[in-house]
Amino acid sequence: MSTITSRLTPQTLRTLALGALSLALYILLFSYEAEVLAASTGGGWAFVVPIVIAFVFSFVHGAFTSGFWDMLGLKAKTRKEPKRWSK
Amino acid sequence: MEQMTQFIALDLAGMAGLFMVGFVGGMVSGFIGSGGAFVLTPAMMSMGVPGIVAVASNMCHKFPKALVGAYKRAKFGQVDVKLGLIMGCSAEAGVLVGAQVQQNIKQAFGDVGSNLYVSVVFVVTLAIVGTYVLKDAIRIYRSGNTKAEETVGPLAMKVRSINIPGTMVYFKSIDAKVSFLITLPMGFATGLLAATIAVGGFIGVPSMMYVLGVPSLIASATELVIAFVMGLGGTVKFALGGFVDVRLAMIILAGSLFGIQVGAIGTTYVRPYMIKLVMGMIMVTVLFSRLFVIPVYMAQLGMIEAIAEPTIALLKTISFWIMVFALVLGAVIILKALWSGMREAAAQPA
Repeated sequence: MSTITSRLTPQTLRTLALGALSLALYILLFSYEAEVLAASTGGGWAFVVPIVIAFVFSFVHGAFTSGFWDMLGLKAKTRKEPKRWSK
Repeated sequence: MEQMTQFIALDLAGMAGLFMVGFVGGMVSGFIGSGGAFVLTPAMMSMGVPGIVAVASNMCHKFPKALVGAYKRAKFGQVDVKLGLIMGCSAEAGVLVGAQVQQNIKQAFGDVGSNLYVSVVFVVTLAIVGTYVLKDAIRIYRSGNTKAEETVGPLAMKVRSINIPGTMVYFKSIDAKVSFLITLPMGFATGLLAATIAVGGFIGVPSMMYVLGVPSLIASATELVIAFVMGLGGTVKFALGGFVDVRLAMIILAGSLFGIQVGAIGTTYVRPYMIKLVMGMIMVTVLFSRLFVIPVYMAQLGMIEAIAEPTIALLKTISFWIMVFALVLGAVIILKALWSGMREAAAQPA
């Protein structure tokens, strides 16, 4: 139990929360798929619907996937910036 | 709601398949900046999705994926945002012109003519650029100097020496000023290719590496900025026509965001020539995929003798699976390089 508690760092909790939120977004999307498709093809400003959805999913799911691999131990190698980069 | 008829019912197997293709494609895109999307359009079409909806939905998953990838790689100090935005603007123009060219060819020669045009562009571009990139990667590998910093080629040196007053822009990735009149056609060609074969990076990344002398890690990361600009513009265009199936786009995005993180992390472990190797390998393999279908379209246009239906089906199947193989090959090389890099890093004293 103590091992589980010690593993639940703020970072891990954040990742789990983002995962739950991401899953909720997908459940919502597919529960209301007919309505969403109708809204995104309605003409006029309807074109923003898929774009807004894409942005929201990218922020939530993107942050989750980043934390997910980090949680599994797949981390980037810290390296110096390329030599020609700094001036 | 006429467009609603274009949206198919989704089954679990199809969704799982798209998720997986998205994952592998995302990994390749995260690593080389592009190249993960070319299997998705034919994959969706094989599920019964109309061509234009497949292209539109592919585009709608591309820009959020590129955004996440660019953000991730910017954290590693690999993105030249200014270069990406400047090339992205001219790439957008290329996309619009490319889409118009496609439309004109389709009107004049029908679907078969359009397919033949796409395949010929695929083969010619990949044969020239892909072979060059792969040969360069092999040359670096054979030199035994894979750890060395990349050198600036003669073309890039020449380009950097050109001074056109009033057009010079400083790019920190190369620590030099280059006229935007030079980056303009580079971006335009990237967009033109993106509108034709769905992967602009096959021109964008090599042009940054060889014409401007941008290090390959930075070129591949900057391509993600270009892909974001192109993808967003393309999505707006298709969404205005009501062709985006956001469900398909979000399923692919679900997989590709897992993949793009792995690809991006992979770049921090590998030697720069690996970017060229993966890109060159994929390009040359895809080239063979298109070679198989060109006779099909030529026969359908009456340019050569008719081919029997079973043979056509066989050639198309071979072509599709070679494309899948190209993507998986890229992913395997990335994972292998990532694995070796991680082991090497773990073995080094802190």
